[in-house]
Amino acid sequence: MKDKKDIRVQKIMNKKLTGQLLSAPYLLWSLIFILVPLGMVFYYGLTDKTGIFTIENVTAIMSAEHAKALWLSIGLSLVSTFICFLLAYPLAMILANMNVNQHSFIVLIFILPMWMNFLLRTLAWQTLLEKTGVINIILQFFHLPALNIINTPAAIILGMVYNFLPFMVLPIYNSLVKIDPNVVNAARDLGANVIQTFFKIIFPLTVPGVISGITMVFVPALTTFVISKLLGGSKILLIGNVIEEEFTQAGNWHLGSGLSIVLMVFIIFNMIISAVFDKNGEGNML
Amino acid sequence: MNHKTKRMPFKTTAQKIYIGLIFLFLYAPILTLIMLSFNASRTRAKWDGFSLKWYAALFDNREIMQALWNTLLIAFVASLAAVIIGTVACIAINRMGRKKRAVIMGITNIPMLNADIVTGISLMLLFISFGFKFGLGTILLSHITFCIPYVMLCVMPRIRQVDASVYEAAMDLGASPLRAFFKVVFPDILPGVLSGYLMAFTMSLDDFIITHFTKGAGVDTLSTKIYTEVKKGIKPEMYALSTIIFVTVLLLLFLVNRTPKEKN
Repeated sequence: MKDKKDIRVQKIMNKKLTGQLLSAPYLLWSLIFILVPLGMVFYYGLTDKTGIFTIENVTAIMSAEHAKALWLSIGLSLVSTFICFLLAYPLAMILANMNVNQHSFIVLIFILPMWMNFLLRTLAWQTLLEKTGVINIILQFFHLPALNIINTPAAIILGMVYNFLPFMVLPIYNSLVKIDPNVVNAARDLGANVIQTFFKIIFPLTVPGVISGITMVFVPALTTFVISKLLGGSKILLIGNVIEEEFTQAGNWHLGSGLSIVLMVFIIFNMIISAVFDKNGEGNML
Repeated sequence: MNHKTKRMPFKTTAQKIYIGLIFLFLYAPILTLIMLSFNASRTRAKWDGFSLKWYAALFDNREIMQALWNTLLIAFVASLAAVIIGTVACIAINRMGRKKRAVIMGITNIPMLNADIVTGISLMLLFISFGFKFGLGTILLSHITFCIPYVMLCVMPRIRQVDASVYEAAMDLGASPLRAFFKVVFPDILPGVLSGYLMAFTMSLDDFIITHFTKGAGVDTLSTKIYTEVKKGIKPEMYALSTIIFVTVLLLLFLVNRTPKEKN
């Protein structure tokens, strides 16, 4: 009897030991390449060139130029997140109802465009949106008014929706297919109509997916510098453009890091929201 | 979600139109790029007739071929490394207590939830401060870092489904831990590992922002090459190359999706 217990204890100890041993390389990796780099951003953001502590780089966000870029970024990313949600929810519902037996097929359709370079895909919108571009030729053919949105905030929103829509569709789709059909049937049997069933049963069950989708769209939209550069002309500066220029052109890493800290406040806020609403990781993309 | 109601034909038609429009939206730029690759004109502003000359010119363009090689090499090595590190980490984390697991998964998700620009500059600052030489190596380290969470996202659910007693049974029957793992656990988690690899490969291939901050002068991937060409005008060879890549992947996916069906 005692022997058996010893063996079991030893087994558990072994399990723990191998677990710790196996996790060591990964923990080391995430320490060096995730946590230390983030620490560096805070170090640079909170010091000046002589290494003395200052909050000037962070408060620089309040200067007229930076504040304008931040507000514009927030505005455009909120609008595009909302448009993504409006487009994605019905789409996810239709896809979930189609009973495609290959779940991976749906994921593939949305991942497939990524095999064509992201910059080229965004640039292609230039060709489509230009004054003499494809869309305007089609509109002209039907005697419709021309669409002149290239180099405007509207074009940036379009680029954001285009690039990040899959990140909204996939989590919502995943939370929809997980719903037990019996729950929906029960609601209908108990007399709820289609609209009641949707608002009382289906939508609440997909909230984790929606929240995850919002996070996945809002953060990259808020921080992009490529989409604004390619579709917004060179005059519209988002906060991402300001930070990128501090690093690659102005060479002021301290200011760039300080402004990044401001961005991280938004990102952390976003992470907290998604952690609260999606405790079990139900709204994952895959 | 299989609630069977009598669907009106109108409703399904409307649904089909809606899906059609969304896919038009998603794939219109891709069609545009494919069209541009056959355009005889050098500029994308006008159509000068059908031509295959950019496909011929592509293979003579040293810079683009070098960038392609770099891109593929980085994607291949980074996703392989990420799969190994990520899978081992999943096994290890699965054996930990609930609290520890939550903390580690929280850290793991940082590169995925964080903005690419912040990940990019944070790694750039790390490499500068510790005197790394910027080049393929720094790009590779960065790509492995942001690929790992995607691998773990795919592998973790599979690992949690594996019945631990099967593994223990294999060991009780005399298999070494490593043998028990490869004979019993690995086949079960293989689909997750494969989709993790595919996901990581795709992410690495499509990445621009993190590469932009962690590459050295003179080293280019396709993304960074395109970015520097934006002002001068994109070389049409680039359209030809991305068309080839896209069509190849499309064919591969088609073949992969076909085979299991025929078996059934």
